Amino acid sequence: MNRRYLPVAVTAVLFVALFIAGSLQFSGFASARVILNLFTDNAFLAITALGMTFVILSGGIDLSVGAVLAFSSVLCATLVENYGWHPLQAFPVVLLLGAVFGTTMGVLIHTYKLQPFIVTLAGMFFARGLATVLSEQSIAIEHPFFDAINNFGFSLPGRGWLSSATLVLIAVFAFGTWLAHFTRLGGYIYAIGGNSQSAVLLGVPMGMTTIAIYTLSSTLAALAGIVYSFYTASGYALTGIGLELDAIAAVVIGGTLISGGYGYVLGTLLGVMTMGLIQTWISFHGGLSSWWTKIFIGGLVLSFMIFQRWIAVGLHTRLQQK
Amino acid sequence: MSERKTVLQLTGVCKRFKGVFAVNHVDLNVQEGEIHALLGENGAGKSTLIKVMTGVYSADSGRIELCGTAVSPQSPLDAQRHGISTVYQEVNLLPNLSVAHNLYLGREPRRFGCIQWRRLQKDAQALLRQFDLNIDVSESLSSYSIAIQQLVAIARAVDCSAKVLILDEPTASLDAKEVVVLFRILRSLRDKGVAILFVTHFLDQVYDLTDRITVLRNGEKVGTFNTAELPRPQLVAHMLGKELQSIEAEKTASRSDDTANTTLQVERLSTSQGLRDINFRAQAGDAVGLAGLLGSGRSEVCAALFGLAPLTEGQLSLRGNHYRPKSPADAIACGIALCPEDRKIEGIVHPLSVRENMILALQAKRGWWRPLPRHEQNQLAADATARLRIVCSDPEKPIGELSGGNQQKVILARWLMTHPNVLVLDEPTRGIDIGAHAEILQLIRQLCAEGMTLIVASSEIEELVAFSNKILVLRDKQLHTVIEADAISENAVLAAIAGSN
Ligand SMILES: Nc1ncnc2c1ncn2[C@@H]1O[C@H](COP(=O)(O)OP(=O)(O)OP(=O)(O)O)[C@@H](O)[C@H]1O
Ligand SMILES: [Mg+2]
Repeated sequence: MNRRYLPVAVTAVLFVALFIAGSLQFSGFASARVILNLFTDNAFLAITALGMTFVILSGGIDLSVGAVLAFSSVLCATLVENYGWHPLQAFPVVLLLGAVFGTTMGVLIHTYKLQPFIVTLAGMFFARGLATVLSEQSIAIEHPFFDAINNFGFSLPGRGWLSSATLVLIAVFAFGTWLAHFTRLGGYIYAIGGNSQSAVLLGVPMGMTTIAIYTLSSTLAALAGIVYSFYTASGYALTGIGLELDAIAAVVIGGTLISGGYGYVLGTLLGVMTMGLIQTWISFHGGLSSWWTKIFIGGLVLSFMIFQRWIAVGLHTRLQQK
Repeated sequence: MSERKTVLQLTGVCKRFKGVFAVNHVDLNVQEGEIHALLGENGAGKSTLIKVMTGVYSADSGRIELCGTAVSPQSPLDAQRHGISTVYQEVNLLPNLSVAHNLYLGREPRRFGCIQWRRLQKDAQALLRQFDLNIDVSESLSSYSIAIQQLVAIARAVDCSAKVLILDEPTASLDAKEVVVLFRILRSLRDKGVAILFVTHFLDQVYDLTDRITVLRNGEKVGTFNTAELPRPQLVAHMLGKELQSIEAEKTASRSDDTANTTLQVERLSTSQGLRDINFRAQAGDAVGLAGLLGSGRSEVCAALFGLAPLTEGQLSLRGNHYRPKSPADAIACGIALCPEDRKIEGIVHPLSVRENMILALQAKRGWWRPLPRHEQNQLAADATARLRIVCSDPEKPIGELSGGNQQKVILARWLMTHPNVLVLDEPTRGIDIGAHAEILQLIRQLCAEGMTLIVASSEIEELVAFSNKILVLRDKQLHTVIEADAISENAVLAAIAGSN
């Protein structure tokens, strides 16, 4: 096996080990239902984290995704409830606004050579503020289309339910894998993360790539906002606070190097699922507060950082032996 | 020659950095089917001129014409679209991508919107085979040596080259064997009509390969000459602006091998990097040369002495004391210094100024609680700048603003300042111009005379022969032959490397 897959493989092993441990401990843990609920419950996080993967692969960071998710859920709810739009009319507008938002950040980062951290931090405040201006209160969405979509899905053996959110997630995952590993743009993103100066000299179109990365991240965050508004049947300006950090944690647990250049889209999905599984395990346990999830995730992120450092050092010496 | 078609024509090109001319009204004419050498001392403006031509920098004034039409490339990508492909002086590939991906980044074969990875790898393998390189192209680039990375960079540029191919010191980290392969490929490209611009400090290569020569000095053009009509001393005079005093290869007097006087003793040295069973001894005043092909273990010996690779077996002793460095800090404390091969990555500390880069090792040796007084720092920096002829208007400049060769001199100066007992130099003259080259050989001799022990790894046999009184020829990470004192000659070393005993 290529060593580059090692971190992803470790996450996969971790996921399976957690699953087996859970199944031995609790009856009913090992079921299609538990697995599929992981997808449904974490779809919005996974979609955001997939977008974040590209940003981190390129050596950047996007702190605005939580706020963009909140904004798009509120916008969705406002358009549908207050203005009487059909959801199918509202979605393109929401996605388009998300895309424009990301493009703007990308343009600022590229043209003024600004730190992504700062630009997306400003973006975070901006989007959160905008969401609150739209509505401070949570807006419940009652629309037949929402019910129809929420009830749509396929039942699988073992009381499993392949929900519409899961289907969206699968589509985004397939798209992300294709983009990262089978397109030129994907190569450019890895290139910038590897060494941006060399990338320029090799003819990587920096502007186009940077803009594409942040546009993608914001658009996916807006999509996650739509998924979230289905999930909660509402839109609320204060949702998704700290979601950007969960997304970053998922990317790191999925084995992507925080400084960019190394990682896989599949890893991020595994990272989200591992985080979700820990949460499930804690809810099965019953006795532990759900905050323990955070503690475990903190520990995991830290050990992954150490692990990656360790591989990097190990690789170096092993290579020199050859 | 003049009836050939002009492919690339620069007229009156200027480029200033903070008001100082790096390139000053330069004209350059590169023709179809020629190999054109661009020569000059370190800091003469060669790389800057190339970066202006290829859109990394924009020219302050002047005209660039490609096949008769004026162009102004905005970025390297733009230049590539115009048919100019370039290998810049710094190896500029991506360590995290596979070799194959590096070769085809931005021009991957696609079908139905998907990159065809199989085909890409097959193409990559075939492309590298032209360079006699049989490596696993799916491995990350970072797992290969600098020489291989350099070849990959060249292969990429050669494969993209449509009209103009620019190579900025492509042979700096290559061995003779690879150079032969490279030249064969360049000649065949020339015969196909590609215009090639070639920068190097190896004058042998200039005479071997090129058709015409353009010389730059202090950012200005000295002239363009037909290679065949320009004798070497005159070329050097054009480059330096004066005659070069000849350096004759005076042999260091052979000394009795006196065990009591041994500075460094290496016994059965084996390391995690694959070195096996290396034995040698060096006394004060010795210059020990390490010769061998690429990958023969030259750099590994240097790394082991400096505590960069853990020993798996054997022992070292330094002036009779047991010496087992666990880190470079250990080595420095024991009086060993290493000037590394890959200065770009291992040596230069980027945001720091030239002066700060110079005093770094000396300060580390003294300990951080005893800062070197500022006036001493200034004095040391000024001395080193003069002694190594570093082209640098102000020692407070960030080191990144120096030309490639001058950055290397700064690193060399850093280690010389520490006055070590044993100085390990890995490729000390790589990328250094011929004026400074002579200077450095002189310096090595002088340091030996002062009683320092030098261990010098180099791919330039001529230079090893000039100053060593003992040459270790390495092969496959093992010590193959030791050539001492009077037996040292270029032929002897070459024969040992080639394998006949
Ligand atoms: N980015 C920069 N900022 C400021 N000055 C620079 C910069 N790049 C180069 N210079 C200056 O321009 C001059 C020419 O540098 P250049 O790199 O073109 O030299 P060179 O001929 O390629 O030398 P070498 O043989 O050492 O590579 C040098 O004096 C250098 O200090
Ligand atoms: Mg240069």
